[in-house]
Amino acid sequence: MCLAVPMKLVEFTGDGVGKVDAGGVKADVSLVMAPEAKIGDYLIIHAGFAIEVLDYEEAMTRLDLFRELAEATANEAID
Amino acid sequence: MKIDIEQKAARKLASDINSMLSKHTRPVKFMEVCGTHTMAIHSSGIKSLFTRKLLLVSGPGCPVCVTEKLFIDQAIFLGREYGACLVTFGDLIRVPGSEGSLADLRSKGGLVKVVYSPMDAVKIAIDMEPKPVIFLGVGFETTIPTVAATLKAARSRNIRNLFVLPAFKTIHRPLKILASQEELTGFLLPGHVSAIIGSNSYDYLARDYHKPGVVTGFDALDILLAIRSLVDMAINNEARIENNYKTVVKTNGNAFAMALIDEVFEPAKASWRGLGTIPESGLALKAPYDIFDAYRQFEIQVAPTADDARCKCARILTGELTPNQCGLFGTECMPETPVGPCMVSSEGTCAAYYKYGGSFFES
Ligand code: SF4
Repeated sequence: MCLAVPMKLVEFTGDGVGKVDAGGVKADVSLVMAPEAKIGDYLIIHAGFAIEVLDYEEAMTRLDLFRELAEATANEAID
Repeated sequence: MKIDIEQKAARKLASDINSMLSKHTRPVKFMEVCGTHTMAIHSSGIKSLFTRKLLLVSGPGCPVCVTEKLFIDQAIFLGREYGACLVTFGDLIRVPGSEGSLADLRSKGGLVKVVYSPMDAVKIAIDMEPKPVIFLGVGFETTIPTVAATLKAARSRNIRNLFVLPAFKTIHRPLKILASQEELTGFLLPGHVSAIIGSNSYDYLARDYHKPGVVTGFDALDILLAIRSLVDMAINNEARIENNYKTVVKTNGNAFAMALIDEVFEPAKASWRGLGTIPESGLALKAPYDIFDAYRQFEIQVAPTADDARCKCARILTGELTPNQCGLFGTECMPETPVGPCMVSSEGTCAAYYKYGGSFFES
């Protein structure tokens, strides 16, 4: 119901607004719901607002889990 | 992540799910509540991975689909009678009202502007002053705080010609109604709504209705992982709420967003297409923000509306039917000539079935 995309915070432009970038596409977004955001963070953007800061460690945990699953498939195939 | 790893992980998850189900006698039926999940499930072909023992049905999570026809008529009335400039997200403009859509109003010279952010309405109001500029307030918890922030900005800038026509919806009340349906086994819970309201806000599903729920993201792997958890809980007769989208969703949600909502809105009854009027399932503007309420500031006279009796949207939104069970699907009702909102919205279930085909008869 609510499409939102991750974009990287590259600049604070003042007044609670930040510039975000995704593959060269830049936009100004309000940081009022994510005041803790730091430069380099990935933000989840919905309708011109950052609604959350992406948790890097959780993102890595998720990748590890998928790697494990992929390996499990490989082992099953050998069994 | 390499495509290869993704494919292997997906294969593993699908085989886990199917082998769990093969030992289970009854079919399981899960509802995805969010329209973005509906699109992700159809575009990734997930349904084709499973046997008929696993049914995925769509819920009321497409904001345009649950908006009553009356709302479109009211917006058009404001545009026509008061010469208001109507500001909206793009999805709404082709939804048929009783006599045409917002797009039709625009083609007849009406002022209808499509925006990406509600904040754009502030700039439009400044440019158009003193003409009334009315933002069409459709959306769920993800969108609601962005509108609250917009009204705070408008108030601090003392903008007097900006209004909101509120038809916002909040998810918990309808979820409770759906959770009491015996044949639904569990829920795929929305990702970005949950980022605002938090994964623990659904605890009642497990506690009071014994229904499992998993908050999940939008990649095929996220969705498969959530389905595996749901199947696991279902066959073990367990009910928990799990957060499978911790990269974005916190247990308690986003406190800043919730504070914005609380400052500007208060719970109110809302009328849902398919579900009828539900108490405390929408929001009204509270003082001092009620000066922005278009319902309060303008007299709106429109006749009661009736939906096309042949359109099955209402029963599709509650997971009771799938689009292929509607006689108009793909014949009279197509994306270019939609009869009901489930075909108009890019997140609508009928649109998803039409666009991605293939899995029509999977569920
Ligand atoms: S196919 Fe069209 S008419 Fe049928 S339920 Fe869907 S939107 Fe309504």
